[in-house]
Amino acid sequence: MWLIDSSIGRKVVMSVTGMALILFLTFHMAMNCVALFSEDGYRAICEFLGANWYALVGTVGLAALMVIHFIYAFWLSWQNYKARGSSRYAVTERPKTVEWSSQNMLVIGIIVCIGLFIHLINFWSKMQLVEIMGDKPADGVDLIRNTFSKWYFALVYLVWLFFIWLHLTHGFWSAIQTVGWSSKVWHKRWKVIGNVCITLLILGFASVLVLYFGKSLMA
Amino acid sequence: MDKTISFTLKVWRQRSPKEKGCFKSYQMKDIPTDTSFLEMLDILNEDLINKGEEPIVFDHDCREGICGMCSLYVNGHPHGPATGATTCQLYMRRFKDGDTITVEPWRSAGFPVIRDLMVDRSAFDKIMQAGGYTSINVGGVPDANAIPISKEKADLAMDAASCIGCGACVAACKNGSAMLFVSAKVSQLALLPQGQVEAARRAKSMLHKMDELGFGNCTNTRACEAECPKCVSISNIARLNREFIAAKLKD
Ligand code: HEM
Ligand code: SF4
Ligand code: FES
Repeated sequence: MWLIDSSIGRKVVMSVTGMALILFLTFHMAMNCVALFSEDGYRAICEFLGANWYALVGTVGLAALMVIHFIYAFWLSWQNYKARGSSRYAVTERPKTVEWSSQNMLVIGIIVCIGLFIHLINFWSKMQLVEIMGDKPADGVDLIRNTFSKWYFALVYLVWLFFIWLHLTHGFWSAIQTVGWSSKVWHKRWKVIGNVCITLLILGFASVLVLYFGKSLMA
Repeated sequence: MDKTISFTLKVWRQRSPKEKGCFKSYQMKDIPTDTSFLEMLDILNEDLINKGEEPIVFDHDCREGICGMCSLYVNGHPHGPATGATTCQLYMRRFKDGDTITVEPWRSAGFPVIRDLMVDRSAFDKIMQAGGYTSINVGGVPDANAIPISKEKADLAMDAASCIGCGACVAACKNGSAMLFVSAKVSQLALLPQGQVEAARRAKSMLHKMDELGFGNCTNTRACEAECPKCVSISNIARLNREFIAAKLKD
């Protein structure tokens, strides 16, 4: 099976799962931003998704994507580590055109994963999980307000968002390059498009956080 | 009078593939700055021979940037700090008096050290043998312009064909991937009508050979492109990905 036993195939799995995760984050961000304008609107979205069958199918699919991306990340990194050989250079210098993040995707990914766990405990375990168990879920707006009124959570989430930004500003064009939709000209275009889209994505998430942290200071 | 510089040369010495290597320092005195890097090593070797020591083993042949034999990882860069140039095209004027210059072999599992700075790059030959050629009968020389090829395509094919198979891309890559080399060799043919007949088979077999020989998975760091003495572009890697994925989807 070429998605397992060829290097390009393995990269395609990385790329497709990564792109799907970006797509999910885009929807997630759009829904969060509703809270900027209308708390009732945000409650309605929480209720609409809840633990309905489509939300559950989505959650399982998402978890599968994450697990595949994660397993392949370690598998590829291990193969690459071996391909590098046992002796290391004494002197190395990163060329200007090489992004730092591109050479540290695994480390950045692991940090993203840690953030993800904190996030699942903070929100998912109190909302969808509770509902699956048959109880009444916590109010989404209350959760946001409580979580981001604590400065340490606000800080941890900002750092987390920064690492997602690092992962995805490289990941975006890398995913497109991997499936071959690139050329000399389009490489430059994709990089600009990626940087703009990912920065907007992260700013969207950050704005909700900053707004609620600000509100907690006023209160 | 020529300008001259004196510097410390830290060179990787390793007697055989199995033995452990280590760095040895040599003091270089009054080397004219218009000496090439390889000539500088010749001067050192002559000195070592006169003293009855073992000379440093390093690869070289044409010394004009076309054969791809020279290697050397100089101060953290394959082919040294210059861009778009091979080690044989590197001159001592790039360095300053009092510098310490560190010279290492290509380090990658696919390129085991033979001795000192010389590595075994025959893996590239095996990849070429797996499909880096055309085996169709293209007939006699056709009339000019009988098969129109756009200037754009011809340029891209020529740029890909400028790869000299030196292996700097592998040496630069933290994943030990040979994708830039393989993609250049696939692209130079895939872009032209003569190469298109076997394009799918070629992409598959060259890539499988590359994987089989233990080169890594490309994660698009772009270090290869930055260090390639012929400035081969990673857009070739995108083309190889495209060709390979299309071939696999058709199967
Ligand atoms: C928010 C979740 C995540 C998203 C949206 C995401 C997205 C991406 C994308 C788009 C790529 C580029 C794929 C390619 O070049 O073909 C990528 C690569 C990668 N990701 Fe993630 N990722 C996420 C989480 C993680 C986690 C948790 C890990 C680690 C445990 C990780 C490790 C990696 C690694 C090692 C690469 C390889 C770099 C490469 O092949 O270019 N990622 N990711
Ligand atoms: S692609 Fe560039 S660095 Fe790689 S083998 Fe060819 S000439 Fe050398
Ligand atoms: S010796 Fe031929 S390219 Fe350097």
